Amino acid sequence: MRVGFLHSLIRKDEKLLLEAFKGFGGVELVMLDDRQLTFDLRTPPPVDVVLERSINHSRAMHALKLFEALGIRCVNTHDVSRVCGDKLLTSIALADANVPQPQVRIAFTEQSALQAIEELGYPVVLKPAVGSWGRLLSKVNDREAAESILEHKTVLGSYHHSIFYMQKYVEKNGRDIRSFVVGDECIAAIYRTSGHWITNTARGATARGCPVTPAIADLSLAAAKAVGGGVVAIDLFELADGSFQVNEVNYTMEFKNSIDTTGVNIPQHIAAYAVAAGKACR
Amino acid sequence: MSTCPVCDGDVELSGDAVEGELIECPDCGSELEITGLEPVQLAEAPEAEEDWGE
Repeated sequence: MRVGFLHSLIRKDEKLLLEAFKGFGGVELVMLDDRQLTFDLRTPPPVDVVLERSINHSRAMHALKLFEALGIRCVNTHDVSRVCGDKLLTSIALADANVPQPQVRIAFTEQSALQAIEELGYPVVLKPAVGSWGRLLSKVNDREAAESILEHKTVLGSYHHSIFYMQKYVEKNGRDIRSFVVGDECIAAIYRTSGHWITNTARGATARGCPVTPAIADLSLAAAKAVGGGVVAIDLFELADGSFQVNEVNYTMEFKNSIDTTGVNIPQHIAAYAVAAGKACR
Repeated sequence: MSTCPVCDGDVELSGDAVEGELIECPDCGSELEITGLEPVQLAEAPEAEEDWGE
């Protein structure tokens, strides 16, 4: 079977995945560098399944659509990439599935965004609908900051920064949880701890193992199902009463800091899922 | 052994290096991309863009 490995730069995560595929007999990897691909809408790549590992969201989303249009099974699917890559669409999907999430408002002008922020009550987190690694997040503590940040986004940002996505700030006591879902299983979870309110490991948060309790597993699987399923990582907030909310769902999960901390061979699970998906459509 | 395009320092690749791989120069810490293996070619890695990563 031929597994297409859609990538841009090969980071540690991708190296670990490439290594994991070597353990599967009869699997040939076909490297698909998104910087070199061209599409003619007719010629499918010579692969049975594509595992998407692009760093760039727009390239990943469009490449997946182009592959699927030619009948290639993709992990994850274009729809999952589209929904997870856009926080607004993720929030809609979670709401449709009654998956708990922080209060959210969306607005299209500075004035309406300010009104929505005041309705939510401070602090509020402003996020780009499309963006990642915790970049360009703003914790807005008062009206003066809100006015200033909204004006900056409008004047200095490209238009998509004026699609204002606002989330009620959740007090998470310095940590959140990232869980890893592969297919029908929540295979692992980590705590991400930081002195900063942003707890992305890309921003310096430290990772340590988190037991996958039934509550974490159930909510993670519900969130994964809500966005279309597959291989996804869920960011969870743990509230003071012990309940959880889903903050975000990621479709090209980074896991290099989570293998030793959880004791779970995450790339092995992902590779096995992709191989099984490829076999299922042969 | 190859040479860092930023600082001219020596960079040694691992045996399982692949094209497109991101590595760090041990001397200057620059992020480098392996753009070729035969012969080995290194380039400064591209800057992160707005919609990169998770």
